[in-house]
Amino acid sequence: MGREFVSASKVFHADEPGRRIVKRLPDGVTLIFHRPSGLTHILGSPAPELLEALGEGAADIDMLIERLSRDHDLGDAGEARAALAARLAELETAGLVWRV
Amino acid sequence: MSGMRHEFRVTVGPVGFRIGSDWAGPLDAMRRLYSGYPAPGIPDFTVRLAAQRPWRRFIRPSVMIGGDFMLPDAAPMALAHGLLAAEMGMNLQMALGQRRHLLLHASAVERDGRALLMTGLSGAGKSTLSALLGERGWRFMGDEFALLDPESGLVHPFPRMVSLKNEAIGQFGGVVDPARLGPVMTGTPKGTIRHLRPPDDAIARMAEPAVPALLLFPRFGHDPAVREIGEAEIFVRLTQASTNYVALGETGFTALTRLIETVPCRALDYADTDTAVDMVETLWGELA
Repeated sequence: MGREFVSASKVFHADEPGRRIVKRLPDGVTLIFHRPSGLTHILGSPAPELLEALGEGAADIDMLIERLSRDHDLGDAGEARAALAARLAELETAGLVWRV
Repeated sequence: MSGMRHEFRVTVGPVGFRIGSDWAGPLDAMRRLYSGYPAPGIPDFTVRLAAQRPWRRFIRPSVMIGGDFMLPDAAPMALAHGLLAAEMGMNLQMALGQRRHLLLHASAVERDGRALLMTGLSGAGKSTLSALLGERGWRFMGDEFALLDPESGLVHPFPRMVSLKNEAIGQFGGVVDPARLGPVMTGTPKGTIRHLRPPDDAIARMAEPAVPALLLFPRFGHDPAVREIGEAEIFVRLTQASTNYVALGETGFTALTRLIETVPCRALDYADTDTAVDMVETLWGELA
C-alpha cells in the first residue's frame, strides 16, 4: 500500500441550477424536472437542499455540511453526516449528482 | 391511404381524423353517429381498419387496427365490433401521436367557462359521470381525453362518442333520444359497449376551451366519501393518467405542475351515480 491520494471521488457534482426546474409543493415534496435527461424526480428534504448547495459548485460532504449549516440547523453532526451521505448516494443513483 | 376502400373524415375538438376501412359498415355507423361534426381539411391522424388477411374480408371478417402509429399487439377484432375498433384506433393515434397538448385520460364537463376534470382507472366511472352531467345542465367536453394546452393552461374538449359500458348502458336508454345511440355490441374485449352521441351543444361548442377549476378522482363501488389528496400523489396520478407526459418533456412538466398548483382536487368515492352527481354539485359549489 503506497501513499494515499486525495481522491476526487469524494467530491460531488451536480448540474448548475439552470439545468433543472424546481417546484416545491405545499405538502413539502419537491418536483424536479432535470433538463439534460428529461426525467422528472420527486424529492423530499434534504435532497433538494443538497442540490441547491451543490449549485454553488462541486463539494465534498464537509463543505456541503458547512453550506447547509448557514440556513439549516443540522443537529448532531454525526447523524447529519450519515443522513446526507445516504441522500447523496440516492441522488447519485437518480443521476442528479455524480463524482468524477 | 392506398388500399382502403372506404373513408370517413371527422373533426373531434381540435383534432382531425381520417378513418380508412376495408368495409363500409363501420364507417356507415360512424357517419350516422358523427353527423354534424365538421370534416377536417388536412387530418392530424389516420386510422386504418384493415382486413387481417385480404381474403378475410370475404370469409370471416376480422379487423386490424392501424394508422400513423402502430401497436404491435393490437388484437384483431370481429367486424361486428368495427365501430369499437375505429374508436380504439382513434384513441391509439391520439395517445401515441398527440404533441400539441398534454393528453390526460380524463373526462371533462364545463359550466360558466370553467371545467371539471375527472380522472381515474378504467371502471372508476369517469366516463359515465361526465355523460350524465352532460344530460343535466353541464356542457359535455369529453369522456376519455382532456387536452391541456401548455401555453394557455386551458382544457380543450374532445367530445367523441361516449363509450357506454355494461351497466352504464341502461342508465341512458329511455332517457336520451334513441337516434343518439349506436348499436349494442356484445362480447367485445371490454364487455358490452354502446356508443352515445354527445348532446348537440357539446358538438357545436367543440372548439371552445375552458379554464380547469376542479379535479376529481372518482371511484365507483365504495361508500360515499370525499378525501383530500397530497399534491405529490396528485402529480404522480396525473403523470400516470397522461399518455404523452414523457414525450412532451419540460412542456409537460410545466403544464402539469401549473394544473396542480391552481386547481383544487379531491378523491370521490360513490356507490351510485345519482349520489355521485349530487356530490359533484356540492364540491363544485364549495371549491370551484
